[in-house]
Amino acid sequence: MSDLTELGVAAIRDGVAKGDFTAVEVAEAFNANVAAAQPALNAFIVATPEKAVEAARMVDADRAAGKALGKMAGVPIGMKDLFATRGVQTTAASHILEGFTPEYESTVSQKLWDAGAGMLGKLNLDQFAMGSSNETSHFGNVVSPWRRNDGGNAPLAPGGSSGGSSAAVSARLCPAATGTDTGGSIRQPAAFTGIAGIKPTYGRCSRWGIVAFASSLDQAGSMARDVRDCAIMLEAMAGFDPKDSTSLDLPVPAWEAGLSADLKGRKVGIPREYRLDGMDGEVAASWEAGIAWLKDAGAEVVDISLPHTKYALPTYYIIAPAEASSNLARYDGVRYGLRDLPEGAGLQDMYAATRAAGFGAEVKRRILIGTYVLSAGFYDAYYTQAQKVRTLISRDFKDAFASVDVILAPTAPSAAFALGEKSADPLEMYLNDVFSVPASLAGLPAMSVPAGLNSQGLPLGLQLIGRPFDEQGVLDAGLAIEQRAGFAAKPEQWW
Amino acid sequence: MSVDTATVAKIAALARIKVTEAELAAMVPELNGILAWVEQLGEVDVAGIEPMTAVIENQLRLRDDVIDADPLTGGNKRDAVLANAPAAEHGFFGVPKVIE
Amino acid sequence: MSSYRIHGATGEWEVVIGLEVHAQVVSKSKLFSGAATEFGAEPNAQVSLVDAAMPGMLPVPNRECIRQAVRTGMAIDAQINKWSRFDRKNYFYADLPQGYQISQLFHPLVGEGRIEICLDEKDPEGSTKTIGIERIHVEQDAGKLMHDQHPTMSYVDLNRSGVALMEIVSRPDMRSPAEAGAYLRKLRTILRYVGSCDGNMEEGSMRADVNVSVRRPGEPFGTRTETKNVNSVRFVMQTIEHEANRQVDLVESGGKVVQETRLFDPDSGTTRSMRSKEDAHDYRYFPDPDLLPLVLDDAFLAECRASLPELPDAKRHRYETALGLSPYNANVLTAEADTARWFEALLTATAARQDKMEAEVARQAANWLISELFGALNKLGKDLETSPVSPEQGGELLALIGDGTISGSIAKQVLEKMLETGDGAAAIVEREGLKQTSDTGAIEAAVAKVLADNADKVEQYKGGKEALFGFFVGQTMKAMQGKANPQLVNELLKKALG
Ligand SMILES: [Mg+2]
Ligand SMILES: [Zn+2]
Repeated sequence: MSDLTELGVAAIRDGVAKGDFTAVEVAEAFNANVAAAQPALNAFIVATPEKAVEAARMVDADRAAGKALGKMAGVPIGMKDLFATRGVQTTAASHILEGFTPEYESTVSQKLWDAGAGMLGKLNLDQFAMGSSNETSHFGNVVSPWRRNDGGNAPLAPGGSSGGSSAAVSARLCPAATGTDTGGSIRQPAAFTGIAGIKPTYGRCSRWGIVAFASSLDQAGSMARDVRDCAIMLEAMAGFDPKDSTSLDLPVPAWEAGLSADLKGRKVGIPREYRLDGMDGEVAASWEAGIAWLKDAGAEVVDISLPHTKYALPTYYIIAPAEASSNLARYDGVRYGLRDLPEGAGLQDMYAATRAAGFGAEVKRRILIGTYVLSAGFYDAYYTQAQKVRTLISRDFKDAFASVDVILAPTAPSAAFALGEKSADPLEMYLNDVFSVPASLAGLPAMSVPAGLNSQGLPLGLQLIGRPFDEQGVLDAGLAIEQRAGFAAKPEQWW
Repeated sequence: MSVDTATVAKIAALARIKVTEAELAAMVPELNGILAWVEQLGEVDVAGIEPMTAVIENQLRLRDDVIDADPLTGGNKRDAVLANAPAAEHGFFGVPKVIE
Repeated sequence: MSSYRIHGATGEWEVVIGLEVHAQVVSKSKLFSGAATEFGAEPNAQVSLVDAAMPGMLPVPNRECIRQAVRTGMAIDAQINKWSRFDRKNYFYADLPQGYQISQLFHPLVGEGRIEICLDEKDPEGSTKTIGIERIHVEQDAGKLMHDQHPTMSYVDLNRSGVALMEIVSRPDMRSPAEAGAYLRKLRTILRYVGSCDGNMEEGSMRADVNVSVRRPGEPFGTRTETKNVNSVRFVMQTIEHEANRQVDLVESGGKVVQETRLFDPDSGTTRSMRSKEDAHDYRYFPDPDLLPLVLDDAFLAECRASLPELPDAKRHRYETALGLSPYNANVLTAEADTARWFEALLTATAARQDKMEAEVARQAANWLISELFGALNKLGKDLETSPVSPEQGGELLALIGDGTISGSIAKQVLEKMLETGDGAAAIVEREGLKQTSDTGAIEAAVAKVLADNADKVEQYKGGKEALFGFFVGQTMKAMQGKANPQLVNELLKKALG
């Protein structure tokens, strides 16, 4: 048998359905990879090999019984540890939730299990999804499976916050993984590790059971090795949920069946404000290549303007911390998670001690920023102003989409950086999300697809941003690039 | 607007995060750097612009008044609610004594 | 009444009062979760994962709670905002699992309204005053802390956590404890009519934050204090009385009133400053990003309006004009929704039994209810809700009076028996032989005997002492055991006395 862990979602699903191999064989193959890579990559916080096998057994039994199989039947996946999983520790990579075992299953993970997927384990991430390099996890850094071709073997960042997801998919520890994207947390790690990842329109995937970071921005999505696999998995994840009042009450389109790389008649916008001064030359070149590929696929390329682009990051760094400061108030040591009760402490002292001990430095930093911008006397200057600018940013996109169908831009301003390279200066780290944050602020569907390797041998990603509800347009343009980029590189197995 | 040590201490108290003097001293310049950077928003002309309320056009949906309609969001699950509590006693959550 | 003044050492002071009433909305399930709201469950039994603020939980609003608040707004003639929003009020406390209360600050569901109060409830025709309502917003209740079950711990029960409240905020329009009392009673009446709150202050389903300040008459408002969670009308009045006097004493002795939160102590009838819960009085309100704006359509509003019952003021007016009741009776019968409901059922039964229009029997029914039934129930320690006599049975009794079967005085006896046994009026009259007689012969015989036995009095009567006529009537009725038709007795006595 060929190496099953080289297969993606569609290939596994189809192979299991045809009987080329069993779901249990697939699960066991990936379980072995997970275990072998854990010491070096630290992509998982908890591995659940028995869960993967158990789900696979059910699929094999269903197949043997001639039952209809789900969209993800036989596909073992990694679950970002931001999704509550019943009976399995759920931490958001924070000490404050260490040991927390939910009595409930998030809507999105439940949908995946219902579709026949199995769980390989809970994936590491930046603490509370706050970070762009996976260096803020209480459970240690995730190390990217990629290395520069300079022989230095510097450990690289897998991106963040879905860094466990990106590392695991690119290292063949799982064919696909869930991610969540608040300001780029699916797209940037996908770009850093040479995989595909899509964040759908805000409201497509239920947020119920996902540890909240910033409610108006958080959105779950799929991460896999190619566009088709992302489409399949997203179909299984998406859908109306009455438990989330921001959930979109719309049918889930058949994205996989609708895939088409023929872009004749489509217009692609190239936002001029994304051409930053001093932009990485290789990133700029890959963007040019992307433009050529889309033209080749039949699209008309149009220069567009998104005038408020430069304000997106500061807007994000007011709104997201503000929401987070409130969303994270529930971690207080009363009902679950860590409790630090110093000798003789009262209730309020217990809160302060618990939260000091339980939250990491970046989480504290954002809670303080968020608390400050909402505090008396500052609310209008910061928060209200930011929400107004957010309206303008959203309006920029609306205006652009009056004349184009999809927007092409780089996913991140650079290829993966080394662990420790940017972690000393929070602002420098924040700037990593410069291209991904605007679409998040506007709630738009957006995806990153691998576009090639830079001169250091590291992947670069291209980003496609679509109209609200038009995941199909994003996937189609992504597919057109994927087919032309012919990205086949994978990290050399050094672990 | 820049923050000083006293302000950061106040904010940390408001956020219920205990900070040491050393942490405070380190946070002040960090927060000032971030605040100075986000304050560039002040230059955007927002006259007549409404703050964003719904990122995707959508309205609040109301649910029917039915008890435990969905077991996932209904009551009658004391064990599940208390399962992870650091100090659950006699069906209550225990906290250090509060003097009101 | 508006001339209520505190007589301080340096002159007169006026009291300015505003009330924020938290009224628990009548609904089966909580504002944002499906857990039940019923009072008195086992600790933490009525708590959902949402109410306990588990990670990843989200609020989904209950339509009925919104509807009840809108109906309440309509009942006080208030602006209903078709576009409103929920905001988060952030603070840390053990009864607040989310670390924030979902409330409405910037865009409440209900805007400006008004409530008219009677300054003297004994005199409904007397002067009235309109108290402005600033807003009604919808918010979550908090959980409960128990302090005396463990030496070093407090216990948290989240059963109330997430129950829907309406916060009804008045303008600072009240000027005396009595006005505040009248306002609270009137508000409670309206809420009960609408059915949006049961108004049960003992169970905590209605409680008031009392804002009090003092000033020299005509001068600008002074600094106010807010006394939290006062849970009876009497306590609210005591709070105001105490707070006003405390503030006057303070200011007159050279001190300053500080804006603060205070607690009422029912044992001493005084207020005290709350141990600085104030340190961080910065709630960092902002729109709840888990909840989109609430937009109400016309159909929803129309249904709310159509579902409103006749409200107390309109009902009182109708009782006076259409039913011809006295203002006093109309007021008594409309003060509580349950009383009016009982009265209207009685009215329907009475009219039907006698085949008359309701207006024709309304005064009879009202008088009987107020002067006979209320008194009789009172003696038994009961009220209308626990009355052994139903409106239908009351109608039966009134019909027996109406058609001359029994007299008013016999009716009193019958009512007592009805309350004792729960039996119907006709059955009692039959069983006890209380039917009024119009047997002329029997009455004539009784009259003859009374006049013969009292020949001296007959002489005096004939000599001009006409007041003795009543005596003869009484004696005849007594001889007839009260069952003679009084009109016939009158007639026959007059005839016999020439
Ligand atoms: Mg209040
Ligand atoms: Zn309130």
